[in-house]
Amino acid sequence: MAATSAAGVGGSLASQASPYDPAPPPRRKGNPRKKAVPYALSATGVIWLLLFFVLPSFFMLAVSLSTGTLGTLQFAWKWSNYSTMLTTYDTQYIRSIIYALIVTIITLTVAYPVAYWISFYGGKRKNVYLLLLLLPFFVSFVLRTVQFQFIFSDNGPVLGTLKRLHLLGSSAHILSTPYAVIAGIAYNFLPFTALPLYVALERIEPRLLEAGRDLYANRWSTFWRVVWPLSIPGVFAAFLLTFVPAVGDYVNATILGGPHTTMIGQIIQSQFLTLFQYPQGAALSFILMAVLLIGATLYSRALGTDAVMDAAGR
Amino acid sequence: MTEHDDLPMIDPALLRGLTQRRLSRRDLFRTAGIGAGALSLGAILASCGVSNGGGGGGGGSASAAAAIDWNAAPSKTLNFANWPLYLDKKKDPATGQVVHPSLQQFTKDTGIQVQYDEVIQANAGFFGKIQPNLAAGEYVGWDIIVITNGDTLNKLFSLNYLVELPTDKRPNFDKYAGDAVKSPAYDDGNKFTMAWQSGLTGIGWDPVQVKALRPSNPTITSMNDLYDPAFKGKVGMFADNADMPNLAMLGLGIVPEDSTPDDWQKTADKLTQQRDDGIVRQYYEQNYIQALGNGDLAVAMAWSGDIFQTNVTGDPNGLQFAVPTEGAIIWTDNMCIPIGVEHPVDAITMMDYVYKPEIQAIIEDYNNYICPVPAAQAIIKNQLKDPEVANSPLVFPTPDIVARLHSYRVLTDEELVQWNALFQPIYLS
Repeated sequence: MAATSAAGVGGSLASQASPYDPAPPPRRKGNPRKKAVPYALSATGVIWLLLFFVLPSFFMLAVSLSTGTLGTLQFAWKWSNYSTMLTTYDTQYIRSIIYALIVTIITLTVAYPVAYWISFYGGKRKNVYLLLLLLPFFVSFVLRTVQFQFIFSDNGPVLGTLKRLHLLGSSAHILSTPYAVIAGIAYNFLPFTALPLYVALERIEPRLLEAGRDLYANRWSTFWRVVWPLSIPGVFAAFLLTFVPAVGDYVNATILGGPHTTMIGQIIQSQFLTLFQYPQGAALSFILMAVLLIGATLYSRALGTDAVMDAAGR
Repeated sequence: MTEHDDLPMIDPALLRGLTQRRLSRRDLFRTAGIGAGALSLGAILASCGVSNGGGGGGGGSASAAAAIDWNAAPSKTLNFANWPLYLDKKKDPATGQVVHPSLQQFTKDTGIQVQYDEVIQANAGFFGKIQPNLAAGEYVGWDIIVITNGDTLNKLFSLNYLVELPTDKRPNFDKYAGDAVKSPAYDDGNKFTMAWQSGLTGIGWDPVQVKALRPSNPTITSMNDLYDPAFKGKVGMFADNADMPNLAMLGLGIVPEDSTPDDWQKTADKLTQQRDDGIVRQYYEQNYIQALGNGDLAVAMAWSGDIFQTNVTGDPNGLQFAVPTEGAIIWTDNMCIPIGVEHPVDAITMMDYVYKPEIQAIIEDYNNYICPVPAAQAIIKNQLKDPEVANSPLVFPTPDIVARLHSYRVLTDEELVQWNALFQPIYLS
């Protein structure tokens, strides 16, 4: 689900026209073959989207309006699937959005200084530092989460030690709480935030900083008036790339969560794979996609389309 | 061993009704023609499982099963999908590779090479993986799959996804299968399934934690212990719609097989209360055993074999399994042959072969679940010299335990919707 919704967001953003686009190349008349070139070049992308996004979405839309379960599905214009799911699982929708927002704020706060340091002070070893940042990515997502579970188990390396030192009561625990879920998602998604930030910061001409100092700006105002505005496209991209998949994540909440930490991704997964209630699962997915698309559109309006295009242009 | 005295508790009328429903629905699918072939919108929708109401194409999947020649010579190849930790293995000292002695014996006796894959982690998830192939009537990649009795198996029955087994090709099964696995309630006459192993759903507990948290009464015997505030935040429950509700019903004195929607509501209320009082730490799928092992949990709903495997020697401080005084749930993992099968003769040969007591003894001595072959007990004790397994009531249950065992409530499609809506929100909250 996270993947499809992310693709949806990307698709909708890319299709928006921007007044800040570089001027189109001058058109040459009378050569149809040359006219076809841009279409041919974009054909792969278009076919890809049609085949793996538009077509499946269309089928899932049909499923979401059906009755019955797997094997007995029957198309019936059943819009009540949507209202029922929305009222039954509103808590989980709201919770997922709140968790994802907190996660995004945490990862932005953590990743920005790191990306800043690598871009401006990384020197020749920039690539090594980037690799270190990406290193956890080489371990499977689930495995990373399970390791998190091991580290923070009640008698594990962290809590066990604190308990033996009598710094914590014996009943204290981190797993099965919202903290564990949010921390897990933040940990897993950090590189998604850090990379776009790095790309934006790395593009900033260091001489601009020197110029700022020459004009008697102190370090702080150089940052606020030069670096930060120039990095906003990166922040925007980082926000989207982290927030959208984080809302739909279900692995962290399943492994690290407890009662009252269920996220909407878990509900969707169980509707499809455990209960075989495909119509309900499809309706849940479409609601999530709609919420995310509307959110992303409002967000891009608020931030200005130029920033979006700049970010999407990476 | 498992004399299934409790099975007659199911109303025979209910049983008949279930069989009837299954057959009539199968007919329904034949006419609906789920597996239509042509590449039209309707066909694509149908492959997604959406039917447009009317008839449409000829039934593809049903016909594939009919053409099997059980008297053909085996093809000498077999692909077998099973759950992890279910078949004996050891390291071959010569090559250093992990081998399955019982399978090696099978290959030696029959000449059939077995590709054994431990790919089934969950019934529903595995079904989701093979369902597209089944809907198209294609080979799923395995000739034998192992599915627990319950919703998923019922789904396989009702969608006509299983091959009817030949009754004259399983002499060992006829001779050695225990009464508990012969003609079970969910598959009259073993038409489609033969048991691989059975197991109990009861309570697993950690004596060290329990003693620390409740010194006055350091043993777990009753379902009430799962609700004891002394274990607040240290209780694990299953995150599923089968084990959790059915076992909880037993705790409330309800016979799950005969339960009514009112009973379900009562059970759901009790479980919700338990969650909202903060007693439940987490709802688990498979990983409760680690949580019990590392002290995150003191008491948890558990499967008998899991607990037995972690504490084979019966160490009093190791993990323990309790068959609650109120009763426990017995379930069976069943070998079955999916439609589109490529090596059916090899498959039925294997399914019968594991019912040889000397082979079953090897398998049983490894996996420690409930043995479908009573005659294996003596072999495990006398030839394999493993009295701990042979004498374990969790492998060969005593009559006293058997008397307390119950099965899952069998649900119709309409009941299932109501049931799921009651119990799913408890663990997905």
